[in-house]
Amino acid sequence: MTVEVLYFAWVRERIGLPRERVSTQAETVAGLIAELVAREERYAMAFADLSSLRVALDQDLADFDSPLAGVREVAFFPPMTGG
Amino acid sequence: MRLAVQTEPFDLGAESVAFAAGAAGAGAVVTFTGIVRDNGGTLSAMEIEHYPGMTERAIAAIMEEARSRWALVDALVIHRHGRLAGGEMIMMVATAAPHRADAFAAAEFLMDYLKSRAPFWKKELGPEGATWVAAKDEDEAALRRW
Repeated sequence: MTVEVLYFAWVRERIGLPRERVSTQAETVAGLIAELVAREERYAMAFADLSSLRVALDQDLADFDSPLAGVREVAFFPPMTGG
Repeated sequence: MRLAVQTEPFDLGAESVAFAAGAAGAGAVVTFTGIVRDNGGTLSAMEIEHYPGMTERAIAAIMEEARSRWALVDALVIHRHGRLAGGEMIMMVATAAPHRADAFAAAEFLMDYLKSRAPFWKKELGPEGATWVAAKDEDEAALRRW
Protein backbone atom coordinates (compact mmCIF):
# COMPACT_ATOMS: atom_id res chain seq x y z
CA MET A 1 0.00 0.00 0.00
CA THR A 2 1.00 3.63 -0.35
CA VAL A 3 0.63 6.19 2.42
CA GLU A 4 1.32 9.91 2.65
CA VAL A 5 3.80 10.44 5.48
CA LEU A 6 4.07 13.88 7.11
CA TYR A 7 6.78 15.17 9.45
CA PHE A 8 6.55 18.18 11.74
CA ALA A 9 8.90 20.32 13.89
CA TRP A 10 12.31 18.71 14.63
CA VAL A 11 11.21 15.43 13.02
CA ARG A 12 10.80 17.37 9.75
CA GLU A 13 14.16 19.07 10.24
CA ARG A 14 16.02 15.82 10.94
CA ILE A 15 14.52 13.99 7.98
CA GLY A 16 14.84 17.04 5.78
CA LEU A 17 11.41 17.09 4.17
CA PRO A 18 7.85 17.88 5.25
CA ARG A 19 6.07 14.98 3.51
CA GLU A 20 6.57 12.09 1.14
CA ARG A 21 4.65 9.23 -0.41
CA VAL A 22 5.83 5.92 0.98
CA SER A 23 5.19 2.48 -0.44
CA THR A 24 5.05 0.09 2.50
CA GLN A 25 4.52 -3.55 3.41
CA ALA A 26 4.08 -2.67 7.09
CA GLU A 27 0.96 -3.68 8.99
CA THR A 28 1.45 -1.28 11.89
CA VAL A 29 2.96 2.14 12.59
CA ALA A 30 5.90 0.40 14.30
CA GLY A 31 6.46 -1.64 11.13
CA LEU A 32 6.47 1.51 9.00
CA ILE A 33 8.99 3.13 11.35
CA ALA A 34 11.24 0.06 11.06
CA GLU A 35 11.14 0.34 7.25
CA LEU A 36 11.98 4.06 7.35
CA VAL A 37 14.80 3.59 9.88
CA ALA A 38 16.36 0.94 7.63
CA ARG A 39 16.51 3.43 4.74
CA GLU A 40 19.00 6.05 5.88
CA GLU A 41 20.74 7.50 8.91
CA ARG A 42 18.56 10.64 9.00
CA TYR A 43 15.47 8.47 9.57
CA ALA A 44 17.27 6.49 12.27
CA MET A 45 18.12 9.80 13.97
CA ALA A 46 14.55 11.07 13.79
CA PHE A 47 13.09 7.85 15.19
CA ALA A 48 15.83 7.10 17.74
CA ASP A 49 13.63 7.79 20.77
CA LEU A 50 9.98 6.86 20.29
CA SER A 51 9.07 8.16 23.76
CA SER A 52 9.66 11.68 22.39
CA LEU A 53 7.46 11.08 19.33
CA ARG A 54 3.74 11.08 18.67
CA VAL A 55 1.86 9.68 15.67
CA ALA A 56 -1.45 10.59 14.05
CA LEU A 57 -3.34 8.39 11.58
CA ASP A 58 -5.64 10.33 9.25
CA GLN A 59 -5.32 13.30 11.64
CA ASP A 60 -6.25 11.46 14.83
CA LEU A 61 -3.68 10.63 17.53
CA ALA A 62 -2.81 6.93 17.53
CA ASP A 63 -0.37 4.45 19.07
CA PHE A 64 2.74 2.89 17.56
CA ASP A 65 1.08 -0.52 17.50
CA SER A 66 -1.98 0.82 15.63
CA PRO A 67 -2.76 -1.00 12.34
CA LEU A 68 -2.15 0.82 9.05
CA ALA A 69 -4.92 -0.90 7.06
CA GLY A 70 -7.05 1.71 5.28
CA VAL A 71 -4.93 4.62 6.50
CA ARG A 72 -4.07 7.33 3.96
CA GLU A 73 -2.09 9.83 6.03
CA VAL A 74 0.50 9.12 8.74
CA ALA A 75 2.07 12.04 10.64
CA PHE A 76 5.06 11.94 13.00
CA PHE A 77 5.83 14.80 15.38
CA PRO A 78 7.14 15.66 18.86
CA PRO A 79 4.76 16.23 21.79
CA MET A 80 2.61 19.26 21.00
CA THR A 81 3.24 22.69 22.49
CA GLY A 82 0.14 24.74 21.76
CA GLY A 83 -1.53 27.42 23.86
CA MET B 1 -18.84 28.12 18.80
CA ARG B 2 -16.12 29.50 16.57
CA LEU B 3 -12.53 28.53 16.02
CA ALA B 4 -9.93 30.30 13.92
CA VAL B 5 -6.38 29.21 13.08
CA GLN B 6 -4.60 32.13 11.45
CA THR B 7 -1.32 33.98 10.95
CA GLU B 8 -2.82 37.48 11.33
CA PRO B 9 -3.07 39.26 14.69
CA PHE B 10 -6.51 39.40 16.31
CA ASP B 11 -8.18 42.30 18.10
CA LEU B 12 -8.63 41.08 21.67
CA GLY B 13 -10.98 43.93 22.61
CA ALA B 14 -13.22 43.62 19.57
CA GLU B 15 -13.32 39.82 19.80
CA SER B 16 -14.17 39.91 23.52
CA VAL B 17 -16.91 42.52 23.11
CA ALA B 18 -18.49 40.74 20.15
CA PHE B 19 -18.32 37.40 21.96
CA ALA B 20 -19.99 38.76 25.11
CA ALA B 21 -22.63 40.62 23.11
CA GLY B 22 -23.50 37.48 21.13
CA ALA B 23 -23.73 35.15 24.13
CA ALA B 24 -27.49 35.29 24.68
CA GLY B 25 -28.50 33.79 28.01
CA ALA B 26 -25.00 33.98 29.51
CA GLY B 27 -24.36 35.39 32.97
CA ALA B 28 -20.58 35.06 32.77
CA VAL B 29 -17.87 35.39 30.14
CA VAL B 30 -14.26 34.34 30.79
CA THR B 31 -11.43 35.18 28.40
CA PHE B 32 -7.83 33.99 28.42
CA THR B 33 -5.04 35.41 26.25
CA GLY B 34 -1.65 33.79 25.64
CA ILE B 35 1.28 36.13 24.95
CA VAL B 36 4.76 35.36 23.57
CA ARG B 37 7.20 35.64 26.51
CA ASP B 38 10.30 37.59 25.52
CA ASN B 39 12.55 35.64 27.96
CA GLY B 40 13.95 38.80 29.53
CA GLY B 41 14.47 40.49 26.20
CA THR B 42 16.54 37.66 24.65
CA LEU B 43 13.84 36.30 22.35
CA SER B 44 14.11 37.62 18.81
CA ALA B 45 11.08 35.72 17.51
CA MET B 46 8.88 32.68 17.98
CA GLU B 47 7.87 30.44 15.09
CA ILE B 48 4.73 28.37 15.48
CA GLU B 49 4.25 25.42 13.15
CA HIS B 50 1.00 23.47 12.96
CA TYR B 51 -0.67 20.59 11.12
CA PRO B 52 -3.34 22.12 8.86
CA GLY B 53 -6.49 20.05 8.96
CA MET B 54 -5.68 18.14 12.13
CA THR B 55 -5.37 21.41 14.06
CA GLU B 56 -8.94 22.41 13.28
CA ARG B 57 -10.23 18.86 13.92
CA ALA B 58 -8.44 18.62 17.28
CA ILE B 59 -9.61 22.04 18.49
CA ALA B 60 -13.20 21.35 17.40
CA ALA B 61 -13.15 18.03 19.30
CA ILE B 62 -11.78 19.74 22.44
CA MET B 63 -14.51 22.42 22.19
CA GLU B 64 -17.20 19.75 21.79
CA GLU B 65 -15.86 17.96 24.85
CA ALA B 66 -16.01 21.21 26.84
CA ARG B 67 -19.60 21.76 25.75
CA SER B 68 -20.58 18.26 26.83
CA ARG B 69 -19.08 18.78 30.30
CA TRP B 70 -20.27 22.26 31.21
CA ALA B 71 -23.37 24.37 30.62
CA LEU B 72 -21.75 26.56 27.97
CA VAL B 73 -23.70 29.08 25.96
CA ASP B 74 -20.79 29.65 23.59
CA ALA B 75 -17.02 29.22 23.18
CA LEU B 76 -14.33 30.80 21.02
CA VAL B 77 -10.77 29.75 20.24
CA ILE B 78 -8.37 31.82 18.12
CA HIS B 79 -4.83 30.44 17.69
CA ARG B 80 -2.10 32.00 15.55
CA HIS B 81 0.79 30.33 13.76
CA GLY B 82 3.79 31.61 11.82
CA ARG B 83 6.41 34.07 13.05
CA LEU B 84 5.58 36.15 16.16
CA ALA B 85 7.60 38.68 18.16
CA GLY B 86 7.86 38.84 21.96
CA GLY B 87 4.79 40.48 23.49
CA GLU B 88 2.50 39.51 20.63
CA MET B 89 -0.75 37.72 21.41
CA ILE B 90 -0.57 34.05 20.33
CA MET B 91 -4.06 32.90 21.13
CA MET B 92 -7.27 33.55 22.99
CA VAL B 93 -10.02 31.47 24.49
CA ALA B 94 -13.44 32.76 25.52
CA THR B 95 -16.25 30.88 27.24
CA ALA B 96 -19.77 32.00 28.10
CA ALA B 97 -22.04 30.25 30.59
CA PRO B 98 -25.03 31.06 32.80
CA HIS B 99 -22.72 31.03 35.87
CA ARG B 100 -19.04 31.84 36.26
CA ALA B 101 -17.90 28.48 37.69
CA ASP B 102 -18.70 26.74 34.39
CA ALA B 103 -17.12 29.53 32.33
CA PHE B 104 -13.86 29.43 34.35
CA ALA B 105 -13.65 25.62 34.39
CA ALA B 106 -14.34 25.30 30.68
CA ALA B 107 -11.72 27.97 29.84
CA GLU B 108 -9.09 26.14 31.91
CA PHE B 109 -10.05 22.82 30.35
CA LEU B 110 -9.74 24.29 26.85
CA MET B 111 -6.32 25.74 27.69
CA ASP B 112 -5.00 22.50 29.22
CA TYR B 113 -6.08 20.51 26.17
CA LEU B 114 -4.93 23.05 23.58
CA LYS B 115 -1.49 22.99 25.18
CA SER B 116 -0.84 19.30 24.62
CA ARG B 117 -3.51 17.96 22.24
CA ALA B 118 -3.68 20.59 19.49
CA PRO B 119 -0.88 20.03 16.93
CA PHE B 120 1.18 23.19 17.32
CA TRP B 121 4.94 23.31 17.85
CA LYS B 122 6.81 26.38 19.08
CA LYS B 123 10.36 27.28 18.16
CA GLU B 124 12.19 30.09 19.96
CA LEU B 125 14.79 32.13 18.11
CA GLY B 126 17.28 33.68 20.53
CA PRO B 127 20.95 34.55 20.97
CA GLU B 128 21.98 30.87 20.90
CA GLY B 129 20.04 30.13 17.76
CA ALA B 130 16.77 28.26 17.35
CA THR B 131 15.33 25.90 19.96
CA TRP B 132 12.15 23.84 19.80
CA VAL B 133 10.13 24.38 22.96
CA ALA B 134 9.88 21.04 24.79
CA ALA B 135 6.57 19.82 26.16
CA LYS B 136 6.52 19.85 29.95
CA ASP B 137 5.55 16.90 32.14
CA GLU B 138 3.23 19.18 34.10
CA ASP B 139 1.29 19.97 30.90
CA GLU B 140 0.53 16.27 30.50
CA ALA B 141 -0.23 15.98 34.24
CA ALA B 142 -2.67 18.91 33.95
CA LEU B 143 -4.91 16.77 31.71
CA ARG B 144 -5.38 14.16 34.41
CA ARG B 145 -7.37 16.49 36.68
CA TRP B 146 -10.25 16.62 34.21
